[in-house]
Amino acid sequence: MSVTARIAPTRRGPASWPALLWTAPALCFYALFALFPLLVALYLSFTNWNGIAQAAWVGPANWLHFFSDPLTLHAVGLTIEMMILTWVLQTPLSLLLGVFMAGQQRYRAVLSVFYFLPLLFSTVAIGITWVSILDPNFGLINVTLRAVGLSSWARGWLGDPNLAFYVVAIVIAWQFIPFHSLLYMTGARQIPRELYDVAELDGAGRLRKFFSITLPQLKYTIITSSIFMLTGSLTYFDLIWVMTGGGPGYATRILPLHMYVTAFVNEQVGYGSVIALVLAASGIALSLLLLRVTGFLRMSSQLEGL
Amino acid sequence: MRLNRALLSGLPFAGGQSAPMRAAARVAPAPSGEADLEKKRVPTEQPPHQQRPFRTSRLVELIPAFCGLLWFVVAFYPLFYMLMSSFRSQAGFYLDNPWLPPSQPTLENYSRVWENGFGLYLLNSLFVLVISVALILLISVPAAYAIARMRNRLTRAIFSLFLLGLAIPLQAVIIPIYALISGMRLYDTLFALILPYVAFGVPLSVLVLVTFIRDIPAELHEAMRLDGASHWQILWRLVIPLSRPALITVTIYESIQVWNGFLFPLVLTQSPEVRVLPLALWSFQGQYAADVPAIMAAVFLSAVPMLLLYIFGRRQLLTGLLAGFSR
Repeated sequence: MSVTARIAPTRRGPASWPALLWTAPALCFYALFALFPLLVALYLSFTNWNGIAQAAWVGPANWLHFFSDPLTLHAVGLTIEMMILTWVLQTPLSLLLGVFMAGQQRYRAVLSVFYFLPLLFSTVAIGITWVSILDPNFGLINVTLRAVGLSSWARGWLGDPNLAFYVVAIVIAWQFIPFHSLLYMTGARQIPRELYDVAELDGAGRLRKFFSITLPQLKYTIITSSIFMLTGSLTYFDLIWVMTGGGPGYATRILPLHMYVTAFVNEQVGYGSVIALVLAASGIALSLLLLRVTGFLRMSSQLEGL
Repeated sequence: MRLNRALLSGLPFAGGQSAPMRAAARVAPAPSGEADLEKKRVPTEQPPHQQRPFRTSRLVELIPAFCGLLWFVVAFYPLFYMLMSSFRSQAGFYLDNPWLPPSQPTLENYSRVWENGFGLYLLNSLFVLVISVALILLISVPAAYAIARMRNRLTRAIFSLFLLGLAIPLQAVIIPIYALISGMRLYDTLFALILPYVAFGVPLSVLVLVTFIRDIPAELHEAMRLDGASHWQILWRLVIPLSRPALITVTIYESIQVWNGFLFPLVLTQSPEVRVLPLALWSFQGQYAADVPAIMAAVFLSAVPMLLLYIFGRRQLLTGLLAGFSR
């Protein structure tokens, strides 16, 4: 096999592949149920529709309503708050956990088997379990607080409008930290050991190595994980729906929940579509922004770079 | 082809880490160990009080281990609590110390849950899972192959389009999907769930598979081309066998997504006959609000298949994620 013979076919080869045909089935499904619906939502956002009768064209009324509806603006504010809060809760913890688990000791491997368990339970299952744990009368937390003499700390965690939002955010973090620490663990495992060896020779301590090697090397993992977290916070629905239903009052009614209630409970499908489109636009804008800022879109092979 | 075999054995993705990489990892600690020795030799010539910072750094090293243990309790205890509660009698739930195992363990909750149609919901969930994941693999693999092996403007555009899908929240399209599914007269059937699950499984599956297939050395590919293999043959004999870890990752990941999905069933189905597990849990919670042990039994039962999947596929899941998301 001569060298020239090996190179020649690849130069000609790719251009003649019917790539479109190979991607067609995936594209069809994806276009029909992910892209086309965005267009339908755009149309519906200019109509009034209760989900059954004929949709009536109303022009930009729903959009104008979006920017003046105090309930919706409240939901927007909560969503942004939730986004920031859950990112701040999850990122440092998952990063530390991931780096910790990347170590080779056996006990870490055993511990990490259990870390990932929350990933396997449906959000509904997790919501139901935490509702029980947080129960004001018989829940684990209040029973424990009373048993150790801190009865005054016991409260209705999900019934208190000032607390419910934070409690929900903590449970969300609890649910997703395992996934993100998994990303960080795989990222940390791929950092070439030589970097640490060299740093050690230079007398770098544990902290120094973490901030000078681990953190910069995990840049792409931090981006990937953040994209998942930030766009994910636009989809937090199941857990909040099960735990609080958006209440008490409107204390936990973030935008995805507000969309569901508007469209499917109050049967204002047109107005719900406006909210849905704002969600989609935010998700896409967020991802594009993060990808653009970091040049991740090149999507070049990570192995080639090494 | 013999050349291919030889190349294969040293591939960077066969088992997550290449043989050379693993060897390097094994060799690497040695020099650092020597360096440690050298460092340790120096302080012995110095006054003993100089060794104190060394001992505190040993203590510092215990901090991560302690945090790891702490998180273990935080991550695991709620699930353990759920399991223990599911074995309590209803009276026991109110009387027992919630931190201790049940004083009178019972399986009654499980039998009651089972009699409440859990078998049917389980079958519904399994049906949706198997068909959705099979379809996702069937359409994602060729797409990923084309994107990874043919780099031109068209495939790059298609890939970007798929990546865009990662950023579209389900909530954003659930209204039109509801309209679409109703229009197709599929509302309140299990196929109403399968179609959108497949569509939303495609972006991540394609991403993971493209990243993986791209790292298969081009030489292998060219060698097969020279042997006169068609693209289908290359896909079947080279790409699919080599991509096993990525395929398993996609399978496990999408299985979890489909199994645990709540929004689509909530919006797209209605009758108990087509109820899937998360929806069943939810309605169960409304129905038996006071019977916490029974609810906990239902919650645990609903996760058993995923737990089994995890037990058997954990290593592959981690290996595949390494390839899928990498650094």
